[in-house]
This record gives sequence, structure tokens and C-alpha cells, in this order.
Amino acid sequence: MTETPRSSIPDRLRSPLDRRLKSWETLLLAVAIAIFVVNSFTSPYFLNVWNLSDMTFNFTEKAMIAFAMALLIIAGEIDLSVASIIALASTAMGAAVQVGVGTPGLVLIGLGVGLLCGAFNGVLVTRMGLPSIVVTIGTMSLFRGISYIVLGDQAYRGYPSDFAFFGQGYVFWVISFEFVLFACLAIIYYVLLHKTNFGRAVYAIGNNPVGAEFSGIRVARVKFILFLLTGLMSGVAAICLTSRLASTRPSIAVGWELEIVTMVVLGGVNILGGSGSTPGVVIAAFVMGLVTFGLGLLNVPGIVMSIVIGALLIGVIALPRLWQTWRLQAAKR
Amino acid sequence: MKRRTFTSLVAGMSLAASLMGTSAMAQDNMRIALVVKALGIGFFEAAAEGAEEAAAELGNVEIIYTGPTDTTAEGQIEVINSLIAQGVDAIAISANDPDAVSPALQRAMQRGITVISWDSGVNEEGRQMHLNPSSTPLIGNTILKLAADHMPDGGQVAILSASATATNQNAWIAAAEEVLPNYPGIELVATVYGDDLSDKSYREAQGLMASYPDLKAIIAPTTVGILASCQAVSDAGKIGQVNVTGLGLPSEMAGCVESGATKSFAIWNPIDLGYSATMIAHALASGAATAEPGAEIPTGRMGSVTLDDTNTAAMSDPFTYDASNIDQFKDIF
Repeated sequence: MTETPRSSIPDRLRSPLDRRLKSWETLLLAVAIAIFVVNSFTSPYFLNVWNLSDMTFNFTEKAMIAFAMALLIIAGEIDLSVASIIALASTAMGAAVQVGVGTPGLVLIGLGVGLLCGAFNGVLVTRMGLPSIVVTIGTMSLFRGISYIVLGDQAYRGYPSDFAFFGQGYVFWVISFEFVLFACLAIIYYVLLHKTNFGRAVYAIGNNPVGAEFSGIRVARVKFILFLLTGLMSGVAAICLTSRLASTRPSIAVGWELEIVTMVVLGGVNILGGSGSTPGVVIAAFVMGLVTFGLGLLNVPGIVMSIVIGALLIGVIALPRLWQTWRLQAAKR
Repeated sequence: MKRRTFTSLVAGMSLAASLMGTSAMAQDNMRIALVVKALGIGFFEAAAEGAEEAAAELGNVEIIYTGPTDTTAEGQIEVINSLIAQGVDAIAISANDPDAVSPALQRAMQRGITVISWDSGVNEEGRQMHLNPSSTPLIGNTILKLAADHMPDGGQVAILSASATATNQNAWIAAAEEVLPNYPGIELVATVYGDDLSDKSYREAQGLMASYPDLKAIIAPTTVGILASCQAVSDAGKIGQVNVTGLGLPSEMAGCVESGATKSFAIWNPIDLGYSATMIAHALASGAATAEPGAEIPTGRMGSVTLDDTNTAAMSDPFTYDASNIDQFKDIF
């Protein structure tokens, strides 16, 4: 099939197996396995279940938000305020602790603030028709700004001891609560995006919002729900992170929005919308976790680590394109 | 199909190649990790230099100098997790957040790792002891002594502080006033506040020279104030008449020392701090000393430190910088 000109119709479609083997997810998985193998050789400490369990904390919280962010980006929108929502939700929980609210109340507050922030973004984007990148750059400063006004250079502490379970607890042996939550959310988002009408609507909106509107999809409503989901996931991540740190400062989770977007794009989601998958994001989360942890074990400075992540992102995206161009040119000759 | 799989492997391996290069280190060395707020800060590079000096003196000690790219607690936690995974013998940390890193450090201690904090402390649950570069009485005495050293016949001195509500400065000034009787002939005529603003500090210094024509020294226990005072004295042409001293950064003060407006000033010496932290970590990890209130821990060429009720110790008097050593330190911090 390599010799056929592009314009001609192939005799038969590519087989499902062929398609799967050539997919983005396969490429990423191969990268993940390669990094895993290399890590096992370069550091004697890598292949240890407890260490691998510790590693998962590097990405679980970010990945939870990345799942929802992937849907939002597929639908052609973006939310850059997620890290600031974490800060605000965490601040609200911290303030609640000071007046004696227990763990169930704290969870509700964390989720509630996340939802409210998501709704705020959603209303500004869908009702007022503002571009999401502008809106969420604004709310990024707004939400964290509120945290800074409330806390200044102070910190909230004194979280109840059972609250520690979310970020520091283990469900079974080395399997942390955060990892179980990450896995459950991965399945939920897989079903939502790939097996429901809602998921198909998300793709349709990303590919052609006007066409989607005329096909009877309530575009504004779907987008609003996606902002709500992203806010909610930020609330979930805020609960886990606050529990793991056992304290709140306004600088909590600074810079996470870019790491989350990186994770989504590395996972094969088109930054312009329209395509992408949940499994891709799951594997991308592992790739980023494995790289940072592997380099950490070798005590590679953080600056070099950022460079590697950047190179990884460009490399994984550019190489298949270069390969394709090269093959097309070879076919022409 | 095969070719594509090969591409993915190449992609993975080219990335992996950057991970290679370091092999497993000798196991019989004691490994002490010096964790700093962020890499690439002169103050901490100098501390690492001190740590290496201590390691060379002790023998069989390997220093792992590490830290995140930016000054975040989350970044430090990832570093701590990787150090736990490597099973280092001791962690000496200058924390970005006294509370957020505490759960991770507690886990390190549970796994048998000695944990101390230095420079910026961790809350009491998260470390075995904390090493302060100096203490309030030592600083109060030093700033007064620096002025008195160059006033053999006594005379008038004035203090130019940060804001009237600055906790640190107020404590240091109170400590200085307490030891004032030990310096006969020295008269403290005024304490003014420049609010750590260059222009306001400059005007306050001008005001002091106008109000007290016989003023012999301005003591500014703040890096902004000392620099502004030095400028004001130079501009007024009173170099040699009014000596500016206090706490400053060598990099900023080099010009003042050169012009003679400042004969000497003080600040903690990061090299000594890294050296002492390493000595203490080694003593605790090897079992030569125990971290308990009242314990005296030897710190090599720096003498020894004594722990107070909160297992906190002060290293020494602030280090004095003058024309003889300013060139050595001005490039460091």
C-alpha cells in the first residue's frame, strides 16, 4: 500500500490491527516501555515496588485534571485556571478546618469550590461568548489572587488526621488511594469520551462547532458541562494535594496548568481540537512520571529535567510527522 | 508496519540516551543529600561548596546536592521522594514551606533516614533538628560591634531599619539595645525606618546626617537600608566621617566597601552553613550524636552547636565581610 498515490481510493481499508499498531498510543506506549527499561538499567533503585508506588504521586493529581482538560481541548476550548482553582479550593478547605469542619465537610467544600470556579469559567465562555484562553488567563490570576488575599504569607494547617488518607493513604499494600482514584477516573473518562453520545458530541464540536450546532447538538451546554467537569477535577486534585501536603499556602500547585496541558498534548490530543483519546493521556501521564522519577533517581538537576520533558514533547510530536514526510518524498521518487 | 514500530523504538531510545551516563555509586559511602530551595542560586551553590569541604574532611561521605527548578514545595517533595527511593543516609534541607514538605520528610524518617533542616526550617514533626545560621542575640551584638570597632573614641550611632513592624529587625534592634552598655562611649541617638524601600531609606539616611552632624555610624540591619545609606553617605561626601554598617549582601556591598563608605558589614556565611549542616547530618546519621534538647553536636572547624527545647541550634555570629574578603564573596551571593 506504500506505492499508491494519496488521491486514489485504496482497495480496502486498513485492518483494525494495523490501525492499532500504527496509532499514537502504540508509539507512546513504546516510549514508556523504553523509558522503563532504561530506568531499570541506569538506577539500582528503580525496580522496587515502594519506589514505583512513590513515583505515581508525581503524576496522579495532574492526570486527574488532564482527563477533563483533554475533553475540553478536544472540544476546542482550554482552561488555564486549573492550578489556581486548586489554590482556591485548598484555601477554602483550610479556612473550613479553622472553624472545625470535619473530613466529609472538607471534601464537599473542595468539590463545591471546584464546581463553582468551573461554572464561573463556563458562564463567561458560553454565555458571554468570550474566548476561553482569555477568560481562564484572567481567572488564573483571580482565583489565586483570592487565596493570596486570604492567606498572605500565612498557611492553614491542622487538617484532621483521617483527611490524610486521600493523599497519603494506601488502599491495598503499595496501591495508594490516589492511584486507585486515578485508575477509576481513567475508566470513567474513557467510557464518557469513547462510548457515549456526549463523547461524540465533544468530538463533533471540536471538529466543527457550527456544524455541530446545526446537527442539533447543544454546543454551549456541552461546553459548559466540560468546564464544570474540569473545575470538579481540579477540586478532586485539590483534596488529594492538600491532604498530601497537610497544609495550604497560596503558592500551592503553582505552574501545574502548563504541566497538565503538556500531558494532554503529549497524549496525542490535538491542541486545536477535534481529536485525541483518553488512553493516550493515561500513557502520557506515565511517561512524564517515569521520566521525572528516573532522572530524579540519577539526581539530574530540575532544569535538565524540564529540558528533557520539552524535548520529549517536541520529539514525540515531530518524529512521526518527519517520518511521514520522508516516506511521501521517498514514494514520489 | 515494522518500520513504524522501529521508529517508535528510536524515539524512545534517543530520549533514553540522555538518561545514560551515570552508573551506580559505591554503596559503602555515607550519602548525605543537601536539598536546597532551588538550584542555580548563588547562596546555595556556596552552601554546597561548604558541604563538599565537610565531606572531604570526614572522608567516605558523598554529597548529593539537589533541589527543584523553582522554589516550590511540590518540587521539593518530588526530590525528597527520589532521595527516599535511593535510600540516602541523611537529608539536610532548606525548605520552601515549613509544613508542606513535612509529611514527605516524616516518611523519610520512618524509613530510617536522618533528616535535619537548615537556613529555612521545617516544622518540628518533619525534622530531627534545625540549624539557624545565627540567633537574635548574636546578630544584635554583631551589628553593634561592627560599628564600635571603628569608633575607638566612642560617639553617636543611629539605626536605619526596615519597617516599624518588621519582626526580625525589631528583635535584632532590641537585642542590640540590650548589649549597648557593654560598649561604653557609644550613644544610640535615633532609630528610623526606611520601610525597605530604596528611596525612603535614602531620605531617612540623609535626614539622620542632617539632624546629627556628629554622627559616626549608621547601622542598617537590612540589605536595602544598608545599600541606600551607603549611597546617601557617598553622595553627601561624608565617606570616612560616617561609617555605614549592618547586614548586607556581598554582591551588592562590594562597591561600598571599595569606596570606603562601609568599613565592614555582616551576614551569614553560606559556606559555613553548608559545612555545619553536613557535619551535623553526619554526626546524627552515624549515631555519634543524638538530636535531643540540650545535646551538643560537634561541627568540625566551626566548633559545636547546642540544641534548645525545640531541637533548634544557632551556628555562630554572622560572618564579617570587609576589604580583605569581599572580592572572594561578591560573586557568590
